[in-house]
Order: sequence, then C-alpha cells, then structure tokens
Amino acid sequence: MHIVRHALGVTGSHRGLGRPIGVLALAALAALTLAVGIGSVAVSPGELWAVATGQGEPLSRTLVLELRLPRALSAFATGGLLALAGALMQVLLRNPLADPYVLGLSGGAAVGALAAMLAGLGGALITGSAFAGALLSTLLVFGLAHGTGSWTPARLLLTGVVVAAGWGAVVTLMLAVSPVERLPGMLYWLMGDLAYARSPLLPSMLLVGVCLLAIPLGRSLNVLARGALQAAALGVAVRPLEWTIYLAASALTAMAVTTAGSIGFVGLVVPHMLRLVLGNDQRLILPACALAGGTLLVLADTLARTIIAPEQLPVGVITALLGVPTFLYLLYRSR
Amino acid sequence: MSRLEACELVIDVPGRGDGRALTLSLEPGQVWGVLGPNGAGKTTLLHTLAGLRAPRRGTVRLDGEPLAALSRRRVARALGLVFQERHDGFPATVRETALIGRHPWLSPWQMEGGEDVQLAEAALARLDVAHLGERLVNTLSGGERQRLAIATVLTQGPAIWLADEPTNHLDLHHQTAVMALLAEQAAEGRAVLMCLHDLNLAARWCDRVLLLYPDGEACWGPRDTMLVPSVLERLYGQRLATTTVDGAPVFVPVR
Repeated sequence: MHIVRHALGVTGSHRGLGRPIGVLALAALAALTLAVGIGSVAVSPGELWAVATGQGEPLSRTLVLELRLPRALSAFATGGLLALAGALMQVLLRNPLADPYVLGLSGGAAVGALAAMLAGLGGALITGSAFAGALLSTLLVFGLAHGTGSWTPARLLLTGVVVAAGWGAVVTLMLAVSPVERLPGMLYWLMGDLAYARSPLLPSMLLVGVCLLAIPLGRSLNVLARGALQAAALGVAVRPLEWTIYLAASALTAMAVTTAGSIGFVGLVVPHMLRLVLGNDQRLILPACALAGGTLLVLADTLARTIIAPEQLPVGVITALLGVPTFLYLLYRSR
Repeated sequence: MSRLEACELVIDVPGRGDGRALTLSLEPGQVWGVLGPNGAGKTTLLHTLAGLRAPRRGTVRLDGEPLAALSRRRVARALGLVFQERHDGFPATVRETALIGRHPWLSPWQMEGGEDVQLAEAALARLDVAHLGERLVNTLSGGERQRLAIATVLTQGPAIWLADEPTNHLDLHHQTAVMALLAEQAAEGRAVLMCLHDLNLAARWCDRVLLLYPDGEACWGPRDTMLVPSVLERLYGQRLATTTVDGAPVFVPVR
C-alpha cells in the first residue's frame, strides 16, 4: 500500500493534494475517450480528434456528440454522485459501511420512480417522484433515528438498514402487481441502466456544486470523523454540519438514481478504496471520489454495452461483479 | 486570558435531584481538581462547563458571556477539552490527530501551514510522542493515546483547560510530567480544571478542589480546607490513612 501512496505522491497527510487529483483526472479523461471511441462502430482516435475540433464525418459526429458523449457524461456524473454520497454518509456515521443504499435513500428513490411508472407517468414526473422518494426516505430515517433524543451513528445506521429493507419489500410488491408488459423496463431500471439517461447537465452541475461545497467544509468533516463531541469541542457546529451532509448526500443520491436507476457498490467501494490509498483527509477524498467514481462507472458502462453487443447489460450488474471481489480483496489485504 | 464562571449551575444527571447549585469562577492561574466517586457527575460537569451538554438550571459564562450564545468556534479558541473516552472512526496518524487542534484557528478556506505543523510537532515532543508521528492512532497503547489527546489540546492552545482524568492510563513518570505540564499552563496565566481519581495528585498539584457527591451535593474551596481525611472518607465511603511526604498530604486507603 505504501508503494501506491508514494506513486500518488501521498506520503504524509495533507501535503500534495494536487498530484493524486491530477492522476485521477487524467484517468477520467482516458476513460471518457475510450467510452466515446468504443461501440458497435469504432471511432478511431484521429476521427475523435477531428470531431472534437469541429470537423469529421457527419456519421461520426452524430455517433460521438449525440449518442455516446451524453451517455458517457451521464455515467461519469452518476458514478461521481454515488461515490461522493457514499463518502459523505461514511463521515456522517463514522462508519465505512454506510452508503446511500444501506441507508435506504436509493430504496426510497426506486419506490418513487416505480410508483410513477406504475401510474403511467413518464419523463420528468418519474424523476420528480424518485427525488421525492429519496427525500422522504431521508426524513424518515433521520426523523425516526432522532426519536426521543440520542442520535447515535449506530442507531442511524440501523434505522437506515431497516427502512431500506422496507423499501425492498415495497419494490417487490410493486413488481408483483405490475402488468407484465411493464416489467422489463422496471426491472432494468432497478438494476441500474444508463440507456435511459437523458441530459448529463443537471447531474454534472450538482456534482461540481457539491465538490465546491466540500472544499471549505473539508476540514470540519475531518474533525467530525473523529466523533461529534470531539468535533464540537474543536469548534464545529455539529448539528448544522450533519444536516448539511445528510441533505447533500440525499440530493446526490436522488439525482444519481433518477439518472440511471439503482447502481450499487460505487458508493461503498470507491471511497473505501481511495481511503486505503490516499488516507483520510476529506479535502482530498471527496474530489477524488467524484473523479474515481465517475471513471469507474464510465468504464463499467462501456463494458456493459460492448461485452455482449449488440445486447446491453444493466451497468449495476457490472459494478457489482467488479465491486464485490475488489472490495473483499482489499478488505482481506488491509487487515 | 479567559475566565469561566458557573452561575447557579445544576448539571443534568438523569434521575437525580438538583443537589447543590454550583457558583464558582475558574480564574487565570488556578488549577482546580474535581473529586468524587464513580457516577458523581464529574464528566457531566466537565461537558456542561464546555457547553457540550445543556445544564438543568443556571448558566456557564465565558468572559462574562453565556456559553450558549457563543459560536462553537469562539468557544473552542478559548477552551480545550481532554476527553476521557475516545473513539476513532477512520484511521489517522498521530501527526494528523495533533494537527486537528488547529481547527478553530483556521478559516474554512485555509490549509494547515508550516506554523501549524510546528505547533503540533512541538506539542507532540512535549508529550513525548513525537517519535510516533507517522503511526496510526489505533495502533497506540492506552497511555500513548492519552498523551496524544493532551498534545492535541496543547496544539489547540486554549486559555482554559478542562481535562477529564488526564492521567488515565499513564505510567508514574508520565503522570507527573502531565501534571507538571498543566501546572505550567496555569503558571503562564491559563486556567485548568481536571477530574481526578488520585487524591494524592490533587493534593500535590491542585490549588482548589471541588468535591462532588453522588446525590448532587457539592462543596469547593482552597485545597487545604477541602482535603480533610474525614470529608474524603465520607466522599468515597472508604477509610483512609494519612501521612505527609514532601510537605504534601498522602492518602492511602486502609482495609
């Protein structure tokens, strides 16, 4: 692990924040280039350059600019949102197991989206309904965990797990009563699929916005990671900060789920892997999560649509198949 | 330098009567020792004085202003806390941990600079843990972690120290070194209030003593009027033998 830390220029703690970010940004660029070049019709690097500079064949232009680039950017934004949401939740609960899925946020969003589909609604209404579902889940989990006073991370995590299980049951119920012809779309959506992604603009803006918010909050988050009392003693206004994190993570999750459905493991695996390599300074980890999560999902989506082309796999299957062994291996190695 | 006052303060220990309200002032240069049996509310008192818990009644004032009206940041610049219990969520190194003591002094956009690192290094050296700088905190021994917690508050540099059993887990040499450090802080014009279980440390290093009883009763005053064997025997429900070493009383429990 030390070799990796040295390679990324992270020998101490808070020095050299720029270098790992630079490496990850290059990786992200490479992944995006790969994603727009690969597919049913390959686009050569020379042709890509031509398109990027405003020339190139009309067919290549359509393929790259209207089909592949929006999807790749959506994938990037979604992956970044999920990883960032996971990292924030983990600081909030001082628990590396926390992520939007474990805490029931994704479940709430999924129920919202499915309910809208079942009611025959479409487009923006599904998005809005999913968003409402995620926020409802937020309020439910935080409200119930708050209860009559103590608001311990363990209690919050447990409440989230139970609420998530409840949403899972509701999803199953909805699928059971759905008309058969609607099932494939719903199922695909539940496993996470970027084929339905629309404009990457909103998710990208949210991703950049939360990353910018994380810069001034980063050191407070570092202190909060050491416990609420310790943070308060060191001058952090704990309750407002905790609400900010939870609301930000809810918005990130809701946006991610409405863009691409339920994609698991990104929020859990990416922050954990980065912490093993880069340490625990949130000022570094949060932007790194955005970049690495985005890169991972772009690559996973490229795999999902090429591995058995012309058929497409749900990208959530790929992230789980990649994520589970990687996670277990890292966990095994780190102890 | 700062002053911390408790005015008619009743700490909130669930299921206990009000007992005696505390009205006292922690002045620059003073070293207070809080003594009492397990469950008397020493930690609760410390957290209440730091504004981390709401009192049942009364107020705590920092330089005349009610603590509850001040921002946590303002409070953290004046007041440092050594906790008795510590939990580490994510792995962090000893140096990173000491450095978070600078948090209240830095603006949100500021990174820790060379000066902050120097302060942290000096504090680590003062507590004899500088050689552990790159070690992960969860690999340290109990005594090393205790010294790191004190080094973190030293890095914070508050005018008022509230320390919850600062000699916990420490060997005899480091117990004395930590008490000497706190006494030195007071001599430089800071104020120190600490919870202690060791009567002999209190007798040697504190100039004022607050006795807390399990029913909420309390009394406080100069050390020599408080550390009376008959009073202490009632406080702990334990018979004591007393002798004198180096001019300070030494209390030993007898069977």
